[in-house]
Amino acid sequence: MITTLTVIIAVILLAYTIFYNKLIRLKNQVENSWAQIDVQLKRRADLLPAIVTVVKKYAEHEKDVFSYVSNARQKMLNAQTPQENATADASIQSALKSVFAVAEDYPELKADKNFQQLQEEISSTENRVAYARQNYNDLVMKYNTTIESIPSNIISSIHNIFEQKEFFEATEEEKAVPDVKEQL
Amino acid sequence: MKRISFDEVAKNNVKTGILFFLFFGIVLGLGVLTGIILGNPNTGILIAVVIFLIYSAIAWFKGKTIALSLTGAKKAPQQQYQQLHNVVEEISISAGISKPDVYIIEDTSMNAFATGLKPEDSAVAITTGLLNKLDREELTGVIAHEVAHVKLRDTRTMLIAGVLVGSIILLSDIIFRFSLFGGRERDGRMQLILLIVGVVLILLAPLIGQLIKLAISRKREFAADAEAATLTRNPGGLASALQKLSTQHKKTLDNESQALQHMYIIGPDTKSWLKNLFRTHPPTEQRIERLKEM
Repeated sequence: MITTLTVIIAVILLAYTIFYNKLIRLKNQVENSWAQIDVQLKRRADLLPAIVTVVKKYAEHEKDVFSYVSNARQKMLNAQTPQENATADASIQSALKSVFAVAEDYPELKADKNFQQLQEEISSTENRVAYARQNYNDLVMKYNTTIESIPSNIISSIHNIFEQKEFFEATEEEKAVPDVKEQL
Repeated sequence: MKRISFDEVAKNNVKTGILFFLFFGIVLGLGVLTGIILGNPNTGILIAVVIFLIYSAIAWFKGKTIALSLTGAKKAPQQQYQQLHNVVEEISISAGISKPDVYIIEDTSMNAFATGLKPEDSAVAITTGLLNKLDREELTGVIAHEVAHVKLRDTRTMLIAGVLVGSIILLSDIIFRFSLFGGRERDGRMQLILLIVGVVLILLAPLIGQLIKLAISRKREFAADAEAATLTRNPGGLASALQKLSTQHKKTLDNESQALQHMYIIGPDTKSWLKNLFRTHPPTEQRIERLKEM
């Protein structure tokens, strides 16, 4: 009788440990992937001064674009809340679009090797941001499903550290295609 | 599109485990046989274990380096291969793993492969021939396929399979030699039986090992294609790259080595059933079809 009881308790403890650790691992993965998005957004903001320097060499009098870009970057650096972050992100995107629109008028700029390299870096960063968000959403889905599923839901109801995470959704600003002319 | 990767990792781990024990059983069995020939089964088991451990240690510490140097892969300089580096980084972000080392093979043939025991210590390599033929979208598909192999731990599975096949070949060879020349004095009939057993073993054991390894390799290609589609959310890129590969691909690398064939993104295509049994990859047409259905 006692042995049976011991075995049952041991099995429960073992299962508890396994599922608790699984939840912790998922939770950390979700948080890490969120941080990865920020890293990539920062990378994009850091590319802006470089692209401005190159463009200035060929198109010095396009002052509007430069101030627009530096405003967008400043917004990104000052952003505190996720909401501000999303707004700043949208304005960086449209700032970049306006830079590339300007570049269309300067064939020498478009042929510049530095400019081409930066263009590749920027489109790569766009991809990285998108992939980082995709990875975050995939992990959130897995995490949320695990929390609600048997038997992990028992553990998540005992410990209140396991809460549903929110999916990343593109803001209205990001969904809308910015009108470059209007903003200049 | 369904996200399959996590289940695939778990399934793959179980498969690696089963494969491991199956192969290890064959290795031990061959060891016992060696021992019988030498007069003491325990000695044979000891020999088998020692061979296996030495091979494993080499594969564990040097497997990646050996694979890369056998193919003549060189580290791709960041400055020169900016786009390639970027694509690898993008896909690793999507896969949630650290960026594998990027290698380049100066070769006109079109191929790519991945290697490494774990994602933190892995590498992807691509020939200049392939790199020059692909646009960014197709390159992303190919790299995603390779990163998928790393993420799903296929590279490790194949490395272990390689070690076990190697051990089996060496042990069969030992048995064959000893049954030819005999370890001890014994009567002619015993000698003959051992000779026959030895010949059968040296022919059969490595073959069975090879076939198990190839069967696993083929299954893993489909899984890696599916995972690549999930990583990029764009099956079309890889499909189009495979199309290019299958029409222009004539051979694997110039310094082609059969032992490395299973690592590449594409194997030689053939219609013969016997060659199909020995192929490392599913037919390319079939892979493209499946990608298009996703």
